[in-house]
Amino acid sequence: MSATLTKSSNRRLQAALQHASGDKRFKILEVHMKKHQFRHDALIEVLHKAQELFGYLEDDLLFFVAHKLKLPPSRVYGVATFYHFFNLKPQGEHTCVVCMGTACYVKGADKVIDAVQSRLQIKSGETTADGKVSLLTARCIGACGIAPAVTYDGQVAPKQTPEAALEKINQWK
Amino acid sequence: MPQEFKLILKHLDNPGYTPDIECYLRHGGYDALKKALAIQPKDLPDGKKASPQEQIRDDVKLSGLRGRGGAGFSCGLKWSFVDRRSGKPIYLICNADESEPGTFKDRQIIHKDPHQLIEGMIISCFANDVKLAYIYIRGEMPLGAKLLNKALAEARAKNLLGKNILGSGYDLDIHVHRGAGAYICGEETGLIESLEGKRPYPRIKPPYFPAVLGLYMCPTIVNNVETLCNVKHIVTMGGAEFAKLGTPNNTGTRIVSLSGQVKRPGYYEIEVGKATIGQLINDPVFGGGLRDGHKLKAVIPGGSSAKVFKAGEKFKLKRKVDGKDVEQEVDMLDLPYDFDSLIAAGSMSGSSAIIVMDDSVDIVEALANISEFYAHESCGQCTPCREGSLWMSKTLHRLTHGEGRKSDADYLVKIADNIPGGRTICAFGEACSWPVQSFVAKFKDEFVAKGAADEERRANEKIQPKTATPVERKELATAH
Repeated sequence: MSATLTKSSNRRLQAALQHASGDKRFKILEVHMKKHQFRHDALIEVLHKAQELFGYLEDDLLFFVAHKLKLPPSRVYGVATFYHFFNLKPQGEHTCVVCMGTACYVKGADKVIDAVQSRLQIKSGETTADGKVSLLTARCIGACGIAPAVTYDGQVAPKQTPEAALEKINQWK
Repeated sequence: MPQEFKLILKHLDNPGYTPDIECYLRHGGYDALKKALAIQPKDLPDGKKASPQEQIRDDVKLSGLRGRGGAGFSCGLKWSFVDRRSGKPIYLICNADESEPGTFKDRQIIHKDPHQLIEGMIISCFANDVKLAYIYIRGEMPLGAKLLNKALAEARAKNLLGKNILGSGYDLDIHVHRGAGAYICGEETGLIESLEGKRPYPRIKPPYFPAVLGLYMCPTIVNNVETLCNVKHIVTMGGAEFAKLGTPNNTGTRIVSLSGQVKRPGYYEIEVGKATIGQLINDPVFGGGLRDGHKLKAVIPGGSSAKVFKAGEKFKLKRKVDGKDVEQEVDMLDLPYDFDSLIAAGSMSGSSAIIVMDDSVDIVEALANISEFYAHESCGQCTPCREGSLWMSKTLHRLTHGEGRKSDADYLVKIADNIPGGRTICAFGEACSWPVQSFVAKFKDEFVAKGAADEERRANEKIQPKTATPVERKELATAH
């Protein structure tokens, strides 16, 4: 597919590959792709791995994946933007994910997120200016029995109150 | 007295029960698989021979097992639709993309007893001549994916998976595929697209019935985690015996995820139809009642897309009393929790997630939350759903932020009525409009009152229609 790219995006690809040549993580990613025999249907798995390695999916990385899997960049970009799990922007050092599923909501998740938003002075989906904390909302993480649930750095905390959430956030800041 | 009936959850929460294979084998694990592989071809009265695979499939049909994912479609029937003559490989996919708000049953099975799922899958694959199967697990469950991969490796080491399983000559491999956070992946054709590494846009049916043109355009079976676990128990106890559990046409057991404002939220396994909604909420064995000093307001009986029940609502149901069909008036709380009664009452048991709301909940805000979820998760393929879900969400947003209008209630229903009913490719259109239709129909006074109060306040304040500043305009544009 890369052969059919226009001249300007070809230059873009060259820049991405140049970038990739000096970084060990791209090598690891390529080995991972090889494990999946560079199959088109492994795209989501490859993007998972890429995000694990890099923290977020930058443009060069997406160009690299598209080139190696022989997919049009539009397809890779389309998939990366559709799924909520993939971040196209760098994330903060810590992440705080407030579940806004219906069960958590009726148990007061809205108060938790309001408290955290006003403490961090950011909206959900944003990262604090110092890059410390990213605040995200989730659509039901399947922890409705312990609602309202908040995930701090991947650890699910049950029955959160605004006070408990602020205490945790204050440890990070 | 209603009781929990633990079939799938039998060992799961016992102290000392671990998700590894040794523990599972100690508790009689993989006996059902050995039994299934040892079945001999049987001579039928008409001179034909029934292969072991056909016998298991017939047993599942006989058991009356209905899919536990949401639609409640007969599992045996689903398997019988599979195109076995095309010569193409048949795939089986376990749908572990459990993302309906309120549902958390599959998560427990995967985290605490992954081998039960794997055993159920191997038997189902054997019964359908499947050589390659996938487990599609939610991206939000990284631990689940890890545990499943570990469990699969353990099973491979014991020759329960891979080539020539337990010397039977049957080969099978199972792969875990992680999703990446998209509700629409729970729709079976969307899931198949996602498994192929694309955006999960559901495919149009016909012609893309998974049983004929599924994964890689081959016949594919997509079953829920709980359904596949049930297959194991059907083989263990026999289809006829399994059919005795529960009530006729609603056989077996179901894991109910109970959440919201009850004293004991959690997951409870019951015989289908042997407990009523009221018992599940109030019985000390289950929910244990509402918080003290609060009254019941509404119940969502089957995950957020099911139509809501208002407290005190009455339904006319046809029931069999002494062999005669009698029409009875049944209170919402006395509805037996099964597939058919809830459908007769105009809702559905969906993924068997009960969300209880007491009088402290603002119904308009609750609907705004649900609606926001659907607006966010619509895949954007069909215009009525993409636009409609967003319009409904925006209307509810303004109702909950002091910008409401008296006519908003009717406006919402008008939008909701124009989304479902064959105008969209998949059932998401129905899922996003049902809550709006039912909430507004049953709590219309609250919606109208809220809109009227907003109108009155604005009239008193004599607010001139303010022109938005460029910054505000930008915020509005990016709000959704």
